Amino acid sequence: MSRIHVVKPGMFTTVQDLGRPGWQRHGVTPGGAVDAQALRLANVLVGNAEGAAGLEITLVGPTLRFAEASLIAICGAESDVAAEGRRLPAWRPVRLEQGAELVFGAIRTGCRTYLAVAGGIAVPRVLGGRGTHLSAGFGGLEGRTLRTGDVLKSGPGSAWAKRLAGALAGGGTFSAARWEVGTGARPSYAAAPTVRVMRGPQWDWFNAGVQERFLRERFTVMPRSDRMGQRLAPPGPGLTGETLREMVSEGVATGTVQVPPDGQPIVLLADRQTIGGYPKIAVVASVDLPMLAQLRPGDTVGFRAVPVAEAQELWLAAERQFATVKQGIALHTA
Amino acid sequence: MKIAPLGDAAVVVTLGNTVDAATVAAGQALVNALEAKPLPGLIECAPANASVTVYYDPVRIPGNGGQPPYERVCRWIEDRAAAAEPGGHAAGRLLTIPVCYGGEWGPDLEAVGAAHGLSVEEVVSLHRGAEYFVSAVGFTPGFPYLGGLPERLHTPRRKTPRTRVPAGTVAIGGTQTGIYPFETPGGWNLIGRTPWRLFDPFARPPALFQVGDRVRFQSVTPAGFQSLQCQSPLPSE
Repeated sequence: MSRIHVVKPGMFTTVQDLGRPGWQRHGVTPGGAVDAQALRLANVLVGNAEGAAGLEITLVGPTLRFAEASLIAICGAESDVAAEGRRLPAWRPVRLEQGAELVFGAIRTGCRTYLAVAGGIAVPRVLGGRGTHLSAGFGGLEGRTLRTGDVLKSGPGSAWAKRLAGALAGGGTFSAARWEVGTGARPSYAAAPTVRVMRGPQWDWFNAGVQERFLRERFTVMPRSDRMGQRLAPPGPGLTGETLREMVSEGVATGTVQVPPDGQPIVLLADRQTIGGYPKIAVVASVDLPMLAQLRPGDTVGFRAVPVAEAQELWLAAERQFATVKQGIALHTA
Repeated sequence: MKIAPLGDAAVVVTLGNTVDAATVAAGQALVNALEAKPLPGLIECAPANASVTVYYDPVRIPGNGGQPPYERVCRWIEDRAAAAEPGGHAAGRLLTIPVCYGGEWGPDLEAVGAAHGLSVEEVVSLHRGAEYFVSAVGFTPGFPYLGGLPERLHTPRRKTPRTRVPAGTVAIGGTQTGIYPFETPGGWNLIGRTPWRLFDPFARPPALFQVGDRVRFQSVTPAGFQSLQCQSPLPSE
């Protein structure tokens, strides 16, 4: 257990977990980490349950002082993280000594990185989740982003985490494990990805020309993108067609690509609304959501259609691989 | 009934193409039937207007001779829909919501009247004279979309949405009326405000309104608004 002092909050840092499913009929979005895979891996690296709460760090990271020795891991977008001027590695467990100050610089490639602490960030569950619901102001730390002067607490770490932290003791301000999650086992990120999508429930509402453009063109991520969605600009005119009509609002899912009347698609992310009235041209395959989570304004993205069965097979294969990685991590001691 | 995939972890079951009480009731009946015999891997069912969205975890859907999880979910929904009782859903609760109409509480009340050639009193009388049904809860936590708005009050959304609509504001957007649970941006026409709290994450259920509820509005004075302010009917856990 440790107290973590927020010396600088960073640009947009929130407590997140894997969300609070089950309340969508009441209008509550599941929320949680935008790049859930990165948070899951970070948690596994410090001996936590996959869904423990950690910090989601966006573009410019915080400075955090750890009042007690702690086991941590950082996964996600590539960023410069240092303690006492020494660069701290990502994708592996790291023991921080008492009083260590962890300084996150700007994220270099990607958009979001995750900090997991052994024992998880100890905030109360609200509607079953510990993540921050910003628009309704609950969950996480008082339902808001971190501020200077906040003090977070971590819960009790697992027996595995205690053994690993013990084995790593004595290396100065921090000591990193000698092993890491290999690149093949990390989420695949790309600065200009082509992500797989399935045709959405209103795919047929768009004329053939718009359908063809959607699958061929590259879209640019716009600055107003946030945890709710990536707003995309097509290279030419908006994706509107003469077959567009009024629709009755219906449920949406994370990864849904909806097209408002201005023809600029929005890919819905973790803090999406629960229902929407814009036609849904496509839905991003779950296995490719991490790529989308890491896009920042100015990046480009393209879409490639796959059948639902293929997207599910890819997801099942990714989950089998994750289970293997998890087993491998559990076998390590230092 | 039409089932369409919404990506690899959800399907939308469409039951009609209009927002009416019968279709909403059919959605409720389907949700009841699905939840009576849930498929392992089901995450949740969320009814909205003329459809029900079913969220599932493809990893936990039982394999069935190589059948993809999506196919398995569709078969299960078809089976359960056949078992759903069309009239089997009990009529929703009737909630009577206190509203202070006009003034600072409803700055668009006069404009709504002017758009239809109605006096402020006529707008209020029409709005509180009707019985509504909750067709969906969403947009923000606890926001009720109410069907049954008298046709003479149908009013298009404002061209420029407001950046801040106060919590509790009763508004008209197109053919529906609704209430903003939180201070959020909003493009609907604001006609009044309720002192009641609509959403409390620590209450069970957390939202005052459930799909299928029937709703009436009762006009209160500004003084009545103040005195009702601290009374939230949301049951605590």
